[in-house]
Amino acid sequence: MRDSTYKVAAGPEGYLPPAAAVMGVELPDPGQAIMEGECVDQDTAMKAIASKLVSAENPVFFPGPLILWDWKPGVAEKAAALKDLAEAVGAKMIPMPDYRPKYPMINPAIEVNPNHPNLTIVHNKIDVCLFIGVHCHYANIALKIIRGGTDCYTIAVCAEAGHEEAMISLRDAGICELQRLRELVIELKGGMSR
Amino acid sequence: MIEQKIVDPDYLFFEAQRTSQYITGSEAVREAIKRANVDMAIAYPITPQSESMHLVGDIYAEGYVKEYLRGENEFAVMSSVAGASMAGVRVFTATGGPGTMRAFEVFPTWAGARLPVVCAFMTRGINSPLTIQPDTIEMAYLLETGILMLHAENAQDLHDMLLMAFMVAEKTDVHIPVGVFADGFFVTHTRDRVDTLPEDLKLPGYDPYTAPVPVMDMENVPVRQMRDPFVMKSNFMSYACHASWQQEIDAAAERSRKYLRQYLGSLIDVENEDSDILVITSGTAVSQSREAIITAREQGLDAGLVKIKTIRPFPGEEIRALASKAKKIIVPEFNRVGWLAKEIRNVIDEPRKVVGAPRVFGGMTMPPELILDEIRRIR
Repeated sequence: MRDSTYKVAAGPEGYLPPAAAVMGVELPDPGQAIMEGECVDQDTAMKAIASKLVSAENPVFFPGPLILWDWKPGVAEKAAALKDLAEAVGAKMIPMPDYRPKYPMINPAIEVNPNHPNLTIVHNKIDVCLFIGVHCHYANIALKIIRGGTDCYTIAVCAEAGHEEAMISLRDAGICELQRLRELVIELKGGMSR
Repeated sequence: MIEQKIVDPDYLFFEAQRTSQYITGSEAVREAIKRANVDMAIAYPITPQSESMHLVGDIYAEGYVKEYLRGENEFAVMSSVAGASMAGVRVFTATGGPGTMRAFEVFPTWAGARLPVVCAFMTRGINSPLTIQPDTIEMAYLLETGILMLHAENAQDLHDMLLMAFMVAEKTDVHIPVGVFADGFFVTHTRDRVDTLPEDLKLPGYDPYTAPVPVMDMENVPVRQMRDPFVMKSNFMSYACHASWQQEIDAAAERSRKYLRQYLGSLIDVENEDSDILVITSGTAVSQSREAIITAREQGLDAGLVKIKTIRPFPGEEIRALASKAKKIIVPEFNRVGWLAKEIRNVIDEPRKVVGAPRVFGGMTMPPELILDEIRRIR
C-alpha cells in the first residue's frame, strides 16, 4: 500500500524493506533530485551529497561498468572527473565490474556485487557510499539491500532517471555535475583538496 | 513504402493531423505498427489474433518492419521475442486465449528480465469445450506476471495504446513489457472509425543503451555473456537478492503511472462521477455500459461510468476515491471469475458495495439491457 510518509533513510531497516516506489516515493522530474524520499532541487541535493561525503569516516565510491569501460564518447572524461572527485573527497574506489554473483563469495576488500553488496559494506566499515555507472536495475537492487541490512548512507549519481532507493540521488548527471560536486567538496574542506 | 520521418512521440500522439478510417481492430494494429518503428515482429496464428499479425507481415513486405518471422508455436514466439529484446531491438507480437496460456511461462520472464516487449492480446475463451469466442479470462492469469496491462475499449484505443505502449515500456525507469488487451472479435473483427496518424511519420527508435540492464551486445563493452545470471543459491543473501529483484519489477510498474498519465491522459475516464451508482469496467464492457447508462439516465436513474484503461498498474487510489462517494458499484465483465470485481473490492474501503454483475462468458454478448437491469435492481 502506498504511504506518502515513507522515508528512505539509512538502515538497517529490516529483513526485507519494501521498494520505495511501491511506498509512494516518486522519482524527480528533470532538473530536480531526490533526497530521503522527497524531491528537491538539484543544487540542494548536490550540497547535501558534498556534505555527506566530507563528513564521512570512510566514504567509498562504487563505479559500475558504464563508467569503468570507455564504451562511448564522453565516458573516459566522465571517469576522469569521477577520479578527481574521489581524490578531493579522499574516498576509496571499489569497482562493481560485473553483476554476476560470485560463489562461494566475492573478495569484499576489492570488489562489490549488486547481489550481495552488504559483504563489501560491512567488511570495509563503509559509512557513506556513492553509486555511479551502475545499470539502474542492479543499482536499485543493491541500494535496497544496503538500506535493509546496514547503516550505510547511500548516494546515487545517475545518468538516467535517478534512484528512489538511494538516500540521495541525482538524475541526468554527467561531467558537469561531478565537477560541481568536486567544487562543493573543496569548498567545504576550506579550499584545499587532498 | 512511404518514406517516414521520425518525430517526437508527443507530436505524433497529440498534434499530428489524423485521418479517419473505417477499419477493423486488426487493421488498427497494422496502422499502429506501421508507425511504431518496429525492428522485429514474430508471429504465430491463433484466432482471433491471426489477422493482426498477418497484416503486420504485409507491412513487413512493404518495408515498415525490419524483420518478421513465424515461430514454431506460442512458447517459441514469446521466447524468440525475449531474445530479440535482449539483443536490443524493438519487438512486437500478438496472441490470445490458448496462445497466451501456451506461452505463459515466458511472460513473467519478460518482466523479470526488464524486457520492453509490446504484445497485443486479443482475448478469447480458453477452457474446454473449445471456444474461439470473446472472453477476458486470460487477463486474470496475467495479473501478477509483472506485465503492464492496458485494456482497449475499441479499435481507436487499441491503435493508440499500442503506439504509446512502446514509449512507456522503453523508459529507463520502467522498462518492463506492456500487454495491450482487446476483446477478441468485438474489437478485432468489427469495423469502427479509427483516427489514424500520417503514414510518413513514425516513433523514434529504441535505444537499448539506456536500458536499466545491459544490452546483450558481444561487440561492445560492457559486454555481457548472459543477461540474467542465476542469483539462486542456498543462502540468505541469494534469497534477499531474488526478493529485491522482484520488488524492483513492482517498482518499475509503479513508475509507469506518470508516463501512462502523460500519454493516456489518465488511468481512468469518468462520466457522471457523483452518481449514486457507478458502473466500473474495462474493455468493450465499457461501451455496453455507456449505452445502458444513457438509457438509465433518461429514465431518471442516477448512474455514472468509470472506464479503467490500465489494469496494471491498477488505478487503486482513483477507484478508492470514487467508490467512497458512490452507494453501489456495478462491475460488468466478460469472464466467469470476475477478476475485475475482485480487483476493485481489494482497493476500496467498503467492498460490499461492489456487485460483480452482469457477468457473461464463453462468447456470450452483453446486451446493455443486462446492465440496465442491474442498475434498476440495486438502486
